[in-house]
Amino acid sequence: MESVARSQSTAGGDATMQKDATLIYRQSRWTRLTHWLWAISLFFMLLSGLQIFNARPQLYIGKQSGFEYNNTILAIGAENTDVGPRGYTEILGHRFDTTGVLGWSGPAGNETSRAFPSWATIPSYYDLGTARVIHFFFAWILTTTLIVWLIASLINGHIRRDLAPRLNDLKRLPQDIANHARLKFHHTREYNTLQKMAYGGVLFVLLPLMIITGLAMSPSMNSVLPWLNEILGGRQTARTIHFTVMGLLVGFFLIHMLMILAAGPINELRSIITGWYRTDPPSHNDKPVERSV
Amino acid sequence: MAKFQINRRKFLTAASLGASGIMLSGCDAFDSQLSIGSGLRSFLENANGLTYRAQRLLAGRDALAPEFTEADIRQPQRPNGVTSPDDDTYKGLLANNFADWRLEVSGLVEKPLSLTREQLQNMPSRTQITRHDCVEGWSCIAKWTGTPLSLVLDQAVVKPQARYVMFHCLDTIEQSLSGDIKYYGTIDLIDARHPQTILAYGLNGKPLPVENGAPLRVRVERQLGYKMPKYLYKIELVDGFANVGGGRGGYWEDNGYDWYGGI
Repeated sequence: MESVARSQSTAGGDATMQKDATLIYRQSRWTRLTHWLWAISLFFMLLSGLQIFNARPQLYIGKQSGFEYNNTILAIGAENTDVGPRGYTEILGHRFDTTGVLGWSGPAGNETSRAFPSWATIPSYYDLGTARVIHFFFAWILTTTLIVWLIASLINGHIRRDLAPRLNDLKRLPQDIANHARLKFHHTREYNTLQKMAYGGVLFVLLPLMIITGLAMSPSMNSVLPWLNEILGGRQTARTIHFTVMGLLVGFFLIHMLMILAAGPINELRSIITGWYRTDPPSHNDKPVERSV
Repeated sequence: MAKFQINRRKFLTAASLGASGIMLSGCDAFDSQLSIGSGLRSFLENANGLTYRAQRLLAGRDALAPEFTEADIRQPQRPNGVTSPDDDTYKGLLANNFADWRLEVSGLVEKPLSLTREQLQNMPSRTQITRHDCVEGWSCIAKWTGTPLSLVLDQAVVKPQARYVMFHCLDTIEQSLSGDIKYYGTIDLIDARHPQTILAYGLNGKPLPVENGAPLRVRVERQLGYKMPKYLYKIELVDGFANVGGGRGGYWEDNGYDWYGGI
């Protein structure tokens, strides 16, 4: 994909910072299209996935679920106490009161026993069958999108040019961390080191792991790839990994949103919708902004 | 970029507002579009057909579900759904230790059958230690013994127009205004003839207990638990779902589950 640069002088003379700022064509149509397909898919997969989890709000380690022995590492539930029903979340034997959100939630006076609350699930009421229909529909979309992105990004050079780690990335890492901590961002054509790590981590680690652990839970796929669950540590461990990666993806999403707000939401949104991104003006050493690919 | 730069307090305010807005949007906007038979839902359900075809393509007819060792049997098989049928017919059969129970094989077959427990148990058997995966998400490993369904089908001689095997059960799963609904379900002939698909009468070396489906239940090892009916009394070969319950191929299917439960 060509990197196009064009000078853009602002109308008023007051915005000195923007005077020499440049709009560049930063995101190819493939990147933009797949980005939004993922955003939609992950939204529905998350909310339908939490509904599916609600059918069995426990996570186990191993091949099976321990009913007569204990291999539970997370359990969300409700219990009766002296002060009425309370929701709890138990992680590795440590129990937390999570009434109102996890285990016991709902409108005042109409609370019900459900692991994830109504506002976090699709459908909002308990419906495992419908959640599975939605989850698997978007699983196909998500997986297809990932494959399309991979092929397009190998051909148009997005992976090699923008995501592949370089020695320089390691050198600038401490400065990058310091900049992010102060919410100070440089707007350039290139991703910074933390961006590369975050995007690369999601696209090459988390999403593939999500797909693999999802397939490992399918009894039919187990007959095709019987070794998959052996590598992962058993079907219930695969389910636990699936849930954990969900948490990491939600974490990525929240940081992604915070970074966009901090870096300038209009410019960031424009680049992922139209492709055009306003970079910082050239610094004192006056390096040319225009670059060939 | 001065225009877009914000201080930390504004940033945190905006961030938390944004986050709560996103959470509130996970609401019931779609609920009404998702009932069985609605256009949107029917569209989304196409994914199940795609999954079915893709998995059949990958797994073929005879790829076996993983089998485990005695050491993996760490607990009794967890019962689910109906665990103690309240039906008079069933209770009468149970009182007599199923001596009067018969397995009927009917529908699109050349030779309808009526088999006693002894006849079934005298046929060649298969024992397998497999993992039962419930649609809810849990798994349990147990040893199942039974008659391969393919042998029973061969004995009855399936007609060429037959496409599915329908299981009729003795347990009432739901009491509705139009009467009691007894559990029912269907699988295709590929799964019906799969080497691990057995009509199980033994569990962990003992006769199948009532809670797990006595006297006979089906094991379909490449699908989820809801595809493996318990308390069987009739197997019917059919060419479609039109006359099966609500027309979607099974009790849970009529209540919104996908017909194909391989995922």
